[in-house]
Amino acid sequence: MNEKKLSRIKKRPADKFMYFLIYLCASLSVILLAGIIIYVFVRGIKSVTPEFLTTVTSVRKGTVGIAGNIVNTIMIVFITMIIATPLGVGAAIYLNEYAKPGKLVNAVEFATETLSGIPSVIFGLFGMMFFGQTLGLGYSLMTGSLTLILMVLPLITRNTQEALKTVPDSYRHGAVGLGAGKWHTIRTILLPSSISGIITGVILAVGRIVGESAALLFTAGSAKALPKTFAALFPKIFQSGGTMTLQLYLSATSEGDFDTAFGIAVVLIILVFLINLGTKKLAVKFDVKRKK
Amino acid sequence: MEYKSKMSIRNLNLYYGDNHALKEINMEIRPNAVTALIGPSGCGKSTLLKTLNRMNDLVENVRIEGEVLLDGEDIYGKEVDTTVLRKKVGMVFQQPNPFPMSIYDNIAYGPRVHGIKDKKKLDAIVEESLRGAAIFEEVKDRLKKSALGLSGGQQQRICIARALAVQPEVLLMDEPTSALDPISTSKIEDLMEELKKKYTVVTVTHNMQQAVRIADDTAFFLLGELIEFGDTKSIFSYPEDKRTEDYITGRFG
Repeated sequence: MNEKKLSRIKKRPADKFMYFLIYLCASLSVILLAGIIIYVFVRGIKSVTPEFLTTVTSVRKGTVGIAGNIVNTIMIVFITMIIATPLGVGAAIYLNEYAKPGKLVNAVEFATETLSGIPSVIFGLFGMMFFGQTLGLGYSLMTGSLTLILMVLPLITRNTQEALKTVPDSYRHGAVGLGAGKWHTIRTILLPSSISGIITGVILAVGRIVGESAALLFTAGSAKALPKTFAALFPKIFQSGGTMTLQLYLSATSEGDFDTAFGIAVVLIILVFLINLGTKKLAVKFDVKRKK
Repeated sequence: MEYKSKMSIRNLNLYYGDNHALKEINMEIRPNAVTALIGPSGCGKSTLLKTLNRMNDLVENVRIEGEVLLDGEDIYGKEVDTTVLRKKVGMVFQQPNPFPMSIYDNIAYGPRVHGIKDKKKLDAIVEESLRGAAIFEEVKDRLKKSALGLSGGQQQRICIARALAVQPEVLLMDEPTSALDPISTSKIEDLMEELKKKYTVVTVTHNMQQAVRIADDTAFFLLGELIEFGDTKSIFSYPEDKRTEDYITGRFG
């Protein structure tokens, strides 16, 4: 008997080498990511105290805090999304369900794709000149939000469109076959079926706003005062206000206060992590197809 | 004027762009009967079915000439409300297409479109429709569960129930059993036998045995033309046209 046993065949050397190489690539990217996060946490975590999160930096009171920046960030996210979401979803519905496929739709789709690839600093420049100067809004949360709306609109439109495209035509035909009108079909079948895609787009947009700094540098300003009352939030919309990312930049450059900068970095990383987690949870929760 | 036919198709021509898809079709569809449309793929039978409740309106570049009458009224008339038309002429599709919602909401979808909001009324309609589609017993304990969790055959009967819920007069079925297993198919065939007592049924089928089993009238199409139309028994026993004979004996198609 001269048969070779199957189990004795050895792995080829080339396979082994490639396995090692690919393993190395994967490890390196994980190590890099983990390294950055660990470094930031080690340097920043000691700054993140209750006082840091609830007060404003003040020489007179002797406090160091980013509460004002947190409020500004929340306000910018809120104002931007409350306008950008209906606009983006509406545009996607028009493009996918009403517009006849053709040059116009292609042009709009090309434009949204290009817009989402433009560096954010260019949006900032335009926002400063148009909203800030031409419309006279100056450095304010409103100027910043209007600028960010332009920036995240393509993101929401694209995601909604992709979600609408995955809704099978058989649903549309079924609804029309029962006598449902177009809007009724959209409201009762198409939007519920694509809600998880819409939510993904919205939360990606929120993440982008939270992380944005270049476009806000010369639109929203850098004030960090904390409004004393809830009512004081409203006039604040038309006043200057710096977000967390902006304060991070300022702390690390002109103020040379690296403790604060790394503290903000820790808060931002946690926030982005929570946003991503929330996206996944919500997308699963609203996914009608998975409900059995 | 008295109309014995439920629907009448008069001198119907249909074009997809330059493609002349239906040529001079004339047909009378009897009430409370099952009419089967047969013929090889691409012969226009599904297209004809879709003209009967104007589902072709969704397709671009369609041009339709001629008349389709429902109880003597032209459904392509200028003042026709397609919502009302599609309430009277319901449709069941080839692939079961329940909406991604509960069984109850699927059945209640049509009635809600037509403005019924009363919970008690809806409950009654849902039960009656599910019974009408012979699926009530199977799903009565899971009405609030998603319809997507059902088997293909059950889904198709849900779709039939959904169509029945708007109380149509005519039910169009586009190869309703082609995606189903033999047991589900026989259930749906039995159901069609029941349905014709209350409704007028027009069905497209690829399966000639099925046409023989379920249809009162049969129409044979070839390349957009209606070759032969009449009583199912005589069509299958004594076809007048050579092409009909060739098709039903399996010489082509």
